[in-house]
Amino acid sequence: MNCIVIDDEETSRAIVGHLVENNPNVQLLDSFSCAINAIKYLNEYSIDLVFLDIHMPTFTGFDFIRTVKNAPKIILTTSDRDFALDAFEYDCIIDYFMKPITQERFNKGVEKALSSNKDAAEIVDSTLPDEAIDDLYVNIDRRLVKIDIPSINLIQAKGDYILLKTDSKNYMVHSTLKKIVDKLPQDDFLKVHRSYVINTKKIIDIEDNSVLIGKDVIPVSRSNRAELLRRLNRL
Amino acid sequence: MKEIPNLNYINRLSKGNKVFAKNLVDIIKKELPREVETYQLHLNEGDFDKTAEDVHKINHKIKILGLENGCRMAEEYRIGLLKKSIKLKQDFESILTSMLIFIEKVYV
Repeated sequence: MNCIVIDDEETSRAIVGHLVENNPNVQLLDSFSCAINAIKYLNEYSIDLVFLDIHMPTFTGFDFIRTVKNAPKIILTTSDRDFALDAFEYDCIIDYFMKPITQERFNKGVEKALSSNKDAAEIVDSTLPDEAIDDLYVNIDRRLVKIDIPSINLIQAKGDYILLKTDSKNYMVHSTLKKIVDKLPQDDFLKVHRSYVINTKKIIDIEDNSVLIGKDVIPVSRSNRAELLRRLNRL
Repeated sequence: MKEIPNLNYINRLSKGNKVFAKNLVDIIKKELPREVETYQLHLNEGDFDKTAEDVHKINHKIKILGLENGCRMAEEYRIGLLKKSIKLKQDFESILTSMLIFIEKVYV
């Protein structure tokens, strides 16, 4: 499960970062001192869990929850008991940590997040009709999100996740490269490196050991280079 | 008896990870004086709401440094500030002083 932390206090961000490091079930992708910047990030990436401070100047934790579209699961981190009742008015809030947070309490909250997430972890093994072959449905935070396959530029393995980069948006999905390759048209997509699958139609140019796709330079391993070159319509 | 700041929470959290403990102490060393400065600024400006927010923020560090009574007192002071009372100002500021001295001298 991936997560981010939003807290204007550096001390709190460091503590949550440490708690995450000591829990094998969560991976910290980024930290934000300002909730507005986190909203921009959430518009680009799919996040499973947010550790969110309530008391922040100008834009509070509750402002964040009210503003963000399709809020991921949220665990509030605060020194203030007064907000506990307000917090549970929001479905996305699954727990409430009192600062300073202990490892034991943190692990319990993560368990809670995991158990509410257990059905939402994999790319759906769909039996899509033939006419829907251009679409791939991925399960992100209990929603089936449709991705237009030709718009995918590349897929990168990131631990237990894969990062799908499309023309307009990036998606972080709990799955493996192998699983997604099985769902993509083999003529267009090629694994060029143990961590990368690319859409060969999106290649801009190729150098010795790398390809350029969009703004990303993707490494090509020696064993996959021959197959890549074979697929090109070369003059 | 007067409470003395301590590193019990940080030691429990770090579980012997000296690098993390030192990093956290360094962050507090840098962040606490800034928070105290902001608190004093808002108090001098007579902005009680913002001062109460500052006290709330500092209270996290009071807890991190193991000052349980100090934490309760800070919360009372914060509530007082919202009613424009500074009755507990001196008590609160004496906690700040002890924290600042402790964190400046502490070695991990």
